[in-house]
Amino acid sequence: MVTKEMETLSPEALSLFGKPTKAKLIERVVFWGFRVGTYFVLACAASIFIDIFYKGGKTVFQSEYPFINVEFLTGSPQTLHVFEHDGASYELSDSDFRVFKEEAGVSIVSDTYAYSGGGIWPCIVGTVLLVVGSMAIALTLGILSAIFLSEYSKPGKVLNAVRLSILNLAGVPSIVFGIFGMGMFVLAFGWNVSLIAGWFTLAFMVLPIVISASEESMRAIPQGLRDASLALGASKWTAIRTNVLPYAMPGILTSSIIGVARVAGETAPIMFTAAYALRDQLPWQGLEHWYDFFFQGVMALPYHIYVVSAKIPQNEYTSRMQYGTAFVFLFIVAGITLISILLRIRMRKKYRW
Amino acid sequence: MSLVTDKLTTKSLIETGELYSEMTEINRSLINISNFDFFYGEKQALFDVNMDIKEREVTAFIGPSGCGKSTLLRCINRMNDLIDVARIGSGKITVNGVDIYDDRVDTIELRKRVGMVFQKSNPFPKSIYENVVYGLRIQGISRKSKLDESVERCLKGAALWEEVKDRLDTSGLSLSGGQQQRLCIARALAVEPDILLMDEPCSALDPVATAKVEELIHTLKDRYTIVIVTHNMQQAARVSEKTAFFYLGKLIEMNATDQIFMSPEKEQTEAYISGRFG
Repeated sequence: MVTKEMETLSPEALSLFGKPTKAKLIERVVFWGFRVGTYFVLACAASIFIDIFYKGGKTVFQSEYPFINVEFLTGSPQTLHVFEHDGASYELSDSDFRVFKEEAGVSIVSDTYAYSGGGIWPCIVGTVLLVVGSMAIALTLGILSAIFLSEYSKPGKVLNAVRLSILNLAGVPSIVFGIFGMGMFVLAFGWNVSLIAGWFTLAFMVLPIVISASEESMRAIPQGLRDASLALGASKWTAIRTNVLPYAMPGILTSSIIGVARVAGETAPIMFTAAYALRDQLPWQGLEHWYDFFFQGVMALPYHIYVVSAKIPQNEYTSRMQYGTAFVFLFIVAGITLISILLRIRMRKKYRW
Repeated sequence: MSLVTDKLTTKSLIETGELYSEMTEINRSLINISNFDFFYGEKQALFDVNMDIKEREVTAFIGPSGCGKSTLLRCINRMNDLIDVARIGSGKITVNGVDIYDDRVDTIELRKRVGMVFQKSNPFPKSIYENVVYGLRIQGISRKSKLDESVERCLKGAALWEEVKDRLDTSGLSLSGGQQQRLCIARALAVEPDILLMDEPCSALDPVATAKVEELIHTLKDRYTIVIVTHNMQQAARVSEKTAFFYLGKLIEMNATDQIFMSPEKEQTEAYISGRFG
């Protein structure tokens, strides 16, 4: 568009304002392509979260005091009894139903829905135990091997082959790790379906992530720091301990955040190695010896979601359970991630470059 | 007598004064390099180097890039051990009479005696205080009074004390480039070495900071034997007593600095210092 003051300009100067060219058009289309793609992904993620928060929120929270569904968070999964008595309708979990029947003194016929009453406390406990144990194993083994690979091993074909195998291991489907864990830990080692078998299976699954990321963060530490420590009379290990590991730690933790999310969310690896569909006792109950703790199966949130959504008849009552569990599960993963991030920020502050 | 493997004996000898005459003798040779060949993989980096480095003198290594001067410097405290493909062809380096490439020599002890300051200043991302005491801490020394004393002595020794004494707990990385390099020197002094190797310590510094480091070298040479690699010929002329000129892995000429700059014996040396190549 030609405005008044533009009329005084020479034709050469006017050409600077240009016309919509093909390049400009392409620019605009591409820009909108990126924008739409991003918005689409965001919309998908948001709809999943909103769905889970909305439907799960109805299970986890309630309108009257204490506003949180305590039974759901602290109870064990039970059968739900739905019935009418004296003109009122009731939804009671198995234990409450028995008490109610006792007090009423009459036999009541109820519809029963498996897994739809009670809570998910054993699953929460089981998931936290699985995450903590397997991350402890994965970080120990992972950091040890990363130190060896990045600091001690001689570069060459063998090292490259090892690195490549580790990277490939990261792409192996989790069900393969599950079956490996069953064959190795459950059957060959005779650990049965147990916490410790689950720990090692999950640890092996995240090891590739932990190793390659730890190695990356260690190699990012300037060689000058190692040289300086060695020149001051440090042994190789002292140099690594004082001047490589502390500064690599934030990076290693970042990688383990991804590991934690994966470990917490995987169902396939624990299906055959650690998870029970239903277990009345909590992990610390009914132990004969202290070491029995490691050799017991546990319930876990992802496996519980799988069981209530795929293994039992579906109805409105099970759906409440599914969404509630998913809600709590998301919350726990977010919590663990938040802790790792805070830890990382604190470490970064401590060692400012 | 071996100074490296037999630290205690030496120390007691110094204390009782038995070594006194020898230690004060001027121009005693401290580092001796004879027929030294050095390889990176198949590539030979040093050819038959022979030299004597005198005690409490500043010796400068000059020469164009890639001539092997830094390589030789890093051989004196065995920092080249860290490079996988590096190996010695023949010849030996002795420090105080001890063949430092002898299998029995502990590189940790050696590096405590032969300190090093690098081209790029590399303070640890710790406080100034912790930077200085690092070498002592890894030896297991943790008595506060000893560490405090050492920090003050070394920072004064490196002419940095007045500038940082009020902020010893701030990060070493918050200092300016020249201060960082002096901090690295202070850090090296803390382990009480006999020899200081400096690998182009001023190449990343501005002229003012360079002048400060050079002044420092002047004061340090009363107590330490200093070997400095430099690209800057004026610097070599300013700070050193002896200058060694390297070219393509060979030691072309080594002599008193005045001699090298005023009337070099070899034509290549003359060509280099007059700026005709390099």
